[in-house]
Amino acid sequence: MSVMRELNVKIFCLLLALTSLGLMYAKVKTLGLPLVPNQTSSIWAVEARVEFDGLGRSSTVNLDIPDNLGNFLKLDEFFVSRNYGLNVTSKQKDRRAEWSIRNAKGKQRLYYRIEVVPEDSVSKSDTIKYKIPVAPVKPEYEEPLASAIEDTLGKVRSESADIFTFVSQLLVQLNDPSPNKNIFVIQKGAVPGTEQWVKRIMYVLEGARISSRMVNGISLDDGVKDAKLISWLEVHNGQTWEGFDPLSGNKGYPSNFMRWSISDEPMLNVEGGRNEHLRFTLSQRPYSEADISQERAKTKQSFLNSWSLYKLALASQHVYQILLMIPLGALVVVLMRTVVGVPCFGTFMPILISLAFRETELLWGIILFCLITGSGLAFRFFLERLNLLLVPRLSAVLVMVIVLMLTISLMSNDLDIDRGISIALFPIVILTMVIERLSITWEEAGAFGAIKEGLGSLFIAIIGYFVMTNNQLEHLMFNFPELLLFILAIFLTAGRYTGYRISELIRFKDLANEEDKNAKTNTKTS
Amino acid sequence: MLKRIQKLREAGVVGINARNRSYVMPHNPRKLYKFVDDKVYTKQLAEEANIAVPKLYGLITTVHEINSFNQIIHDKKDFVVKPAHGSGGKGILVIDNRRGDLFIKPNNTAINSEAIRYHIENILGGVYSLGGQVDQAIIEYRVKFDPIFNSISYQGVPDIRMLIYKGIPAMAMLRLPTQQSDGKANLHQGAVGVGINLMTGTTTLAVCNDRRVYEHPDFGSALSDVHIPDWQQLLFLSASCYQLAPLGYLGVDIVLDAELGPLILELNARPGLAIQIANGQGLKHRLDAIDKIKTLPEKIEDRISIIQTIL
Repeated sequence: MSVMRELNVKIFCLLLALTSLGLMYAKVKTLGLPLVPNQTSSIWAVEARVEFDGLGRSSTVNLDIPDNLGNFLKLDEFFVSRNYGLNVTSKQKDRRAEWSIRNAKGKQRLYYRIEVVPEDSVSKSDTIKYKIPVAPVKPEYEEPLASAIEDTLGKVRSESADIFTFVSQLLVQLNDPSPNKNIFVIQKGAVPGTEQWVKRIMYVLEGARISSRMVNGISLDDGVKDAKLISWLEVHNGQTWEGFDPLSGNKGYPSNFMRWSISDEPMLNVEGGRNEHLRFTLSQRPYSEADISQERAKTKQSFLNSWSLYKLALASQHVYQILLMIPLGALVVVLMRTVVGVPCFGTFMPILISLAFRETELLWGIILFCLITGSGLAFRFFLERLNLLLVPRLSAVLVMVIVLMLTISLMSNDLDIDRGISIALFPIVILTMVIERLSITWEEAGAFGAIKEGLGSLFIAIIGYFVMTNNQLEHLMFNFPELLLFILAIFLTAGRYTGYRISELIRFKDLANEEDKNAKTNTKTS
Repeated sequence: MLKRIQKLREAGVVGINARNRSYVMPHNPRKLYKFVDDKVYTKQLAEEANIAVPKLYGLITTVHEINSFNQIIHDKKDFVVKPAHGSGGKGILVIDNRRGDLFIKPNNTAINSEAIRYHIENILGGVYSLGGQVDQAIIEYRVKFDPIFNSISYQGVPDIRMLIYKGIPAMAMLRLPTQQSDGKANLHQGAVGVGINLMTGTTTLAVCNDRRVYEHPDFGSALSDVHIPDWQQLLFLSASCYQLAPLGYLGVDIVLDAELGPLILELNARPGLAIQIANGQGLKHRLDAIDKIKTLPEKIEDRISIIQTIL
């Protein structure tokens, strides 16, 4: 056992643990897999409804549909449009849906529906997709607008430090409730709070050669059903786009703002129709975080998803839900045996007993376990006197166990206790082996030793039961099966443990006390 | 608790985990286990090497052969039936005497030959063997233990457990059956372990059920300062077992027969740790001292003389 090999094992264990935790971290971060079970969050469904009156001839409907959602992630989208042909065009990453029909008559309704979830780690794709815009050319304003803008810009410029503060300051001036003469001129014809108003601001900003654009979006707020499209202002400072409230000049975006379009083009364009109307409705439905993260993984096409158990059929998922808990049960056994030193039967007998408890629930499990092993043991002692060979005797005990279980099931059925039924899943063979082991230990190490081992097994099984049925742990193991590597690392470490077992601290108590005395006498003599 | 761990470390007490990983696993390769696990094989090897063992009367390997049991013991008044692959003293049946058709056990209870047949069937079926595999039943000479231990042993056969590390006796204890252990010299079952001074062969401290005792629990007789006869011969015999089964961490069980002197009863690849309590000393310091010796001598006499340097 070289030092080198010991070190290698340590490094290997560390690597295993880090890999497992790293994968877990990545999953939590990118897929948003929750660490706590039953966490729900909401999926927002935003529906855009286009209505218009058909004129009895061909018509084309052109609607801007979302591409870059800001702090939201698109899970899915649907187009509902009966009898219409649909074509989604993408021009410079700006998608538009185009519905067309040969003959539109009467009231027409088209729907576009998008499902989104909030996303914290928003990618900076914005800056990649849209290159740094070229500064606009200063327009030729007409008088009196020209001097009004000139004066205002000059005044604001002297009160600001950079582009963003400049814009902020300008917006405050432009929205002044008691406007001066210049502002009054600029405001003329554009009502604050409309699309027109944002366009007017952009027009003014061009005078300062500042790139700006209008962003349309929706605030996804709780309890809101009918959403209004909000026109927002975005300004580029040479590095990044930043949003500004066109009414207050505050930097930032409305709460839960989902971008719909970044375009100067109109959102909706209907050819061959009139009275066109665009309405947005919001709905929200709860969805488990784990499911959302699956959807998220699909849209993101993350490699992490290839390790997801949700891809399996439901039946196999259930099997793995239990199977993945078994290493945790083994962990309990390992700790109880090598670190604590609890006496027990076999290697994994306690895990099997706790798996059985899983089926019966704890209290009933313990009662049934004691009842069946107790009477099985009595039967075994009776068989002892018949001098039977080993295998037939074990088989006889097996039959006895089944008879006992059957009796309990039938009795509990008569008494309307449906608990007894689930005993049928109790692993019969395991119980038989427990009985046999118990009786041999009884003979060899006496009743005390047998009961000690039996209780030790039961004790480990109970702890194993609590660990293996823990919701939180079940959730973690199922969603993060890479934790198996972590458990493996613990096993490898435990396999190298050469320290005392807790039980040995009691066992060697007298040696420790004598060592104490020796030390005292030594100090006295020296 | 931490304080106690500290104290046990200072005393050099070896725990189960450390025994398995630091001594049994590196020094006792699996392939050598057959030397000790199969008692028939051990006996054969010992006889070939001229190491004294209890005489084998007969071997029963199949259920059919049980019929030959009566023939094997027809001229024997006393004998021992035990599994060839047993462990921890399990499945050993001692018959002291016969009265008519009945067989008398050391605790003076009688059993008939049917019960013995049943016991043999159990042995063959693997009830007492390691891992439950099919086993053989050994019928052998019952040791007539030296009367020197009469006053401190409750029936059964007291034996001497010698811990041999790399061929050098590292620690020893006398194991005395008690009423609780049902005449068996197994400490797990409640036998008394008495530490022995390796140099002199005189008993020192004692342990029963992992606790310090000074008197035999059944007789109240003092356990210390009993001198074990033929001590040098005992050391020699146990050290020579290393030649037989080269296990680095070896337990050798020796009985003192009144007529035949020391006999090797069995070898053990995983000797227990209670020997430390019996001697009031941890094993680690002694084992470390043996580890420090770079080249261990070949000759058994030289090996024994190393003992004084490790104490």
